Amino acid sequence: MTAETPITLQGPVCPAPITQRDRIVMGHGSGGKLSHDLIAKRFLPAFTNPALAAGDDAGLVAAGPSARLAISTDSHVVWPLFFPGGDIGRLAVCGTVNDVAMLGARPLYLTAGFILEEGLELDVLERVIASMRAAAEEAGVQIVAGDTKVVQRGKADGLYVTTAGVGLVPDGVQIGGAQARPGDTVIVSGALGDHGIAVLAARGELGFDADVQSDVAPLNHLIAAILAASPNVHVLRDPTRGGLATTLNEIAQQAQVGIVLEERAIPVRAPVAAASEMLGFDPLYIANEGKLVVVVAPADAAAVLAAMRQTRYGEDAVAIGTVRAEPRGRVLMKTAIGSTRVVDVLMGEMLPRIC
Amino acid sequence: MKYLDEFRDAELVRKQIDEIRRLTTRRWAIMEICGGQTHSIMRHGLDELLPAEIELIHGPGCPVCVTPLELIDKAIAIAARPDVIFTSFGDMLRVPGSDEDLFRTRAGGGDVRVVYSPLDAVKIAQKNPDKHVVFFAIGFETTAPANAMSVWQARQLGLRNFSVLVSHVRVPPAMRAILGSPYNQVQGFLAAGHVCAVMGYWEYPPIAAEYKVPIVVTGFEPVDLLKGVAMTVRQLEAGRHEVENGYARVVTEAGNRPAQDLIQQVFEPCDRKWRGIGVIPDSGWRLRAEFADFDAEQRFDVGAINTKESPLCISGLVLQGRRKPDECPAFGQACTPEHPLGATMVSSEGACAAYYRYGRLARELAQSEA
Repeated sequence: MTAETPITLQGPVCPAPITQRDRIVMGHGSGGKLSHDLIAKRFLPAFTNPALAAGDDAGLVAAGPSARLAISTDSHVVWPLFFPGGDIGRLAVCGTVNDVAMLGARPLYLTAGFILEEGLELDVLERVIASMRAAAEEAGVQIVAGDTKVVQRGKADGLYVTTAGVGLVPDGVQIGGAQARPGDTVIVSGALGDHGIAVLAARGELGFDADVQSDVAPLNHLIAAILAASPNVHVLRDPTRGGLATTLNEIAQQAQVGIVLEERAIPVRAPVAAASEMLGFDPLYIANEGKLVVVVAPADAAAVLAAMRQTRYGEDAVAIGTVRAEPRGRVLMKTAIGSTRVVDVLMGEMLPRIC
Repeated sequence: MKYLDEFRDAELVRKQIDEIRRLTTRRWAIMEICGGQTHSIMRHGLDELLPAEIELIHGPGCPVCVTPLELIDKAIAIAARPDVIFTSFGDMLRVPGSDEDLFRTRAGGGDVRVVYSPLDAVKIAQKNPDKHVVFFAIGFETTAPANAMSVWQARQLGLRNFSVLVSHVRVPPAMRAILGSPYNQVQGFLAAGHVCAVMGYWEYPPIAAEYKVPIVVTGFEPVDLLKGVAMTVRQLEAGRHEVENGYARVVTEAGNRPAQDLIQQVFEPCDRKWRGIGVIPDSGWRLRAEFADFDAEQRFDVGAINTKESPLCISGLVLQGRRKPDECPAFGQACTPEHPLGATMVSSEGACAAYYRYGRLARELAQSEA
């Protein structure tokens, strides 16, 4: 081809829009936009009530004239069942303990339902049960009811665990995504992305070794320390699936505020940063299982940070941004080099870039 | 992190921006070829820091975006077969075909697997002798060596159940096509650093000379990208049009010779259709005749493919650098990463997705701060 013969352009072309998805795809379980739409369009209209509509990690309900309960449930299908830093049992206990605690509640009781695959080694089940027991003891909760079902070989990946939990919300505590106010400080309890990368590495999908442990942990004692340090905590939330970016977008939407992050302040461990760079992931979107976001009145931020740093799971707590009135429902980030960009929710499954 | 932080250093970035400001006396339109560069520019907000006179035009270097619709429809038809395990880089799964995407094919029962390397697909073929394993071999010169290696390995192993669906594209013919177009606005190129790591930059001097454009081999981090812009502007302001290497820590003029040899042994140049742009002569690679047994298009007769295109999306113009993503009426409205109308909204390297993800609210923020 030469300069004298410009190519014939066929004009702007593009496929027709994707027709409405009529099946569940993996992205519906990513915790991102597709998951949210599934909940908003399929579940919320069917089960509508104020506790569900609030959109927090747990439902807040009245029990009698004064007591308030936080109730939550969480299913666990992680594979492999055991990974550096944790396993499905610890995850199942911590996930629900944390969801209940994020409303400021003191988690008290859990239930556990097991779906076991035919052929699962009893030794594996024993190890999971022992891990659940240890996690429950650490969190100070009791597992007070349970259920077991067995399915044919091939119908489940070894075992799945569903836990539900209930906790008591202390008088005067008013915590939820909608409470974030302009001026508030946004704190994160430690480095991001450890869990997601640890599980990927355990699957052998990275193609290289990553020295990363899952952060899976019960956060209720950390939360108790936070609440003891300040009566002006507005939001607590654990950035699990969809990562910090998705969690902050949820809060910005619920409270109709803007959140501005400082890229330089966001803690990410070197191996997580390296694995993310190689795979084209952004640590802001990677799942955590032992981290939480605190939105607190600015005057109390220092006290809350100091209290967090005294605890086992809050040693690396750091302020990462502020809440503003505008732009409503959006999360922005001041980059390390001084520009500003949007931080959006995760769209579907996170996929590696190809080059 | 070492080898990364020093190329995202705020002070170095500021110095380079100052240098670009000092050099610039008039408007210049510079195209970054590679979608990875577009992604990085938007992620770090570099376009916001550059002087207004410097316009960055986003090039067609997103392999997911330019893979023709016919081939995606073919991939979907092959992936739906019960005797096939279809393997692909993750990004391709979300690209809309005429009726569905590979994610939906998977949800409908197709065995579609994401692999990080084509060599993983060869391993899957070894482990599943009763299935036919197909790898979707797309990409520029960057992915070509590994894809060629997979075919080479499959032959060495005597695998009869492995084939590749090839849609390889090459950068230099695309640069010529852009420069030769009557609509061309591009005055200088940031050549794609990763492509040049494989191919070197010995192919570029004839292009620079023929079309009188500076071409600067450029990396992907903020400091690399701004260095490429500064070198290009310096040439433009001086009236020079040379090939320069702004990414010498990775790229040499000769490139990676063994990788080039491997490509040559397995592939040969061919005309290739680019989605949204059209057929560009000599712009693709196909398997050489001696590797025909590994060609999925020959192995699977998927019948006539009738593609359905819609007039709504302007991704063709975006890929040619003639429109910016946010100049499209569907941008962020009918077309989002969740419901993409075009491939440029799908891949993280697609210009529309990069704009949507990082740039769409810059104005809103400016207003909120005012």
